[in-house]
Amino acid sequence: MSLFERAAITGIGETAHGRGLQQGSALSLQMQASLAAIADAGLSPRDIDGVIPVATGAAVAEDFITNFGIPDLRFSATTPMGGASCVAAIQAAAAAVATGICRHVLLPIGRTGYSGTRIGARVHEMPQFRTIGEFELPLGNVAPAQIYAPMARRHMELYGTTSRQLAEIAVTTRRHAILNGNAAMTKPLSIEDHQNSRMIADPFRLFDCSLESDGGAAVVVSSAEAARDLRQPRVLVMGAAEGHPDSPSVITQRPDILRIGLAKAAPRAFAMAGVKPADIQVAEIYDCFTYVVLRQLEEIGFCQQGEGGAFVEGGALGIGGRLPVNTHGGLLSQAHLAGMNHIVELVRQLRGQGGAAQVEGATLGLVTGYGDMGDGSIAIMRRG
Amino acid sequence: MSETFTKPIPHPTPDTQPFWDGLARGEYLIQRCKECGKLRHYPRPVCDGCWSMAHEWVPASGRGTVHSWTVCHHPFHMGFKAQSPYILLTVDLAEGVRAQGQLRGLAAEALRLGLPVALGYEREGEGPVLPIFRPAEET
Ligand SMILES: [Zn+2]
Repeated sequence: MSLFERAAITGIGETAHGRGLQQGSALSLQMQASLAAIADAGLSPRDIDGVIPVATGAAVAEDFITNFGIPDLRFSATTPMGGASCVAAIQAAAAAVATGICRHVLLPIGRTGYSGTRIGARVHEMPQFRTIGEFELPLGNVAPAQIYAPMARRHMELYGTTSRQLAEIAVTTRRHAILNGNAAMTKPLSIEDHQNSRMIADPFRLFDCSLESDGGAAVVVSSAEAARDLRQPRVLVMGAAEGHPDSPSVITQRPDILRIGLAKAAPRAFAMAGVKPADIQVAEIYDCFTYVVLRQLEEIGFCQQGEGGAFVEGGALGIGGRLPVNTHGGLLSQAHLAGMNHIVELVRQLRGQGGAAQVEGATLGLVTGYGDMGDGSIAIMRRG
Repeated sequence: MSETFTKPIPHPTPDTQPFWDGLARGEYLIQRCKECGKLRHYPRPVCDGCWSMAHEWVPASGRGTVHSWTVCHHPFHMGFKAQSPYILLTVDLAEGVRAQGQLRGLAAEALRLGLPVALGYEREGEGPVLPIFRPAEET
């Protein structure tokens, strides 16, 4: 038994995204987004019988029972994989609806990443950072930019990948955020702007780094059968998988520091879905850093390892390009919601609701998550 | 009067205390499985080769080569603000495990993969003894 087309994304919702808009608490932001997703599906909040809150987020399952008056929540879980959590939760939710444990699983997130605690402090409250916290934090390895930078530097030294190639990703993503309209970043960005931006942790400049923002997003994962009767066109989950890198708690000790969890997850998801990377028409790729996009494109198999730099050149990731990526503006320019906004956008694209950023004729796409020290998750979906 | 030490400090557990005790006397200790001899780092309770929990500690020779690096410009923790930018090296130790440490005595422009480095030790104020690296002669 596989999860192939046993589940569908039936509802999507998000709040306004911004920095310091003072829209409310992280809890209220995800309630707002969740209600929007449930309404989008044509469901009542009381129909939700499963919930996967983000493990390190502001809400627990109990909050949804209490706020929505859910009479009988039959399934709750967490998928604690940092930025890979939201997409990993699709696999968990699909398994729950496929086995009949429940019918409609809510995946919510709300964050005050701009108004609240910043990333450098936040990550060290997470148990996944315990090893780094003891052995590398005292040396000055504090934040994800610093923790991931040695991977990018090694990629550059081995393959000649350049900062200008990373800039291509940032520039294209910003263009998409502007098309989206609901994005924290609204000013056009050029390669030169990127090259002139201040160095954060070499080779990462400011515009290689995702933003901190306030907002919420949510999706509803339903059984494929239940999805037939709902309001929106069905978006079926064809394949879903999570993957954990070797030496998952610390990159320094990883046999191959370039190899991430997606290397294990992607082949599983493609095998389940019965499609190839070349079939994918739109890809929402977790983009905490530009390099992380480039490396995932390689691990998925859109290009060979080491060729990611050349692959992203010349606007290849733009709408109308070789592989439209992060058509909503991603974490780099739309909002940092740990990738829930990537799921929202993929569903929007596959429904044909992408607005100014719609990839023409897109009916098959994928979304990835990347978190902690390189945990990976992926879901391949089609309209159907 | 000692000035206040503002950098993050490690919080060792019984599993990891010997590593920090080693650093305090100028030794970089690596765990070795007593059953199968496999080295493991950073310290942890179980050998992933044979699942034995019996282990001993062996000091690193201090020889290594550069595996990768980053130059940290933005101080994400106020304790590192005064010394920013600083270079963090990821080093292949001769023993086969890796270590991390700040680089002393070399500019980032001179770094390359495989560059030989030597492990050293440094203590700031009331803080713990930490590993650092300096350029070494090619051997
Ligand atoms: Zn052993």
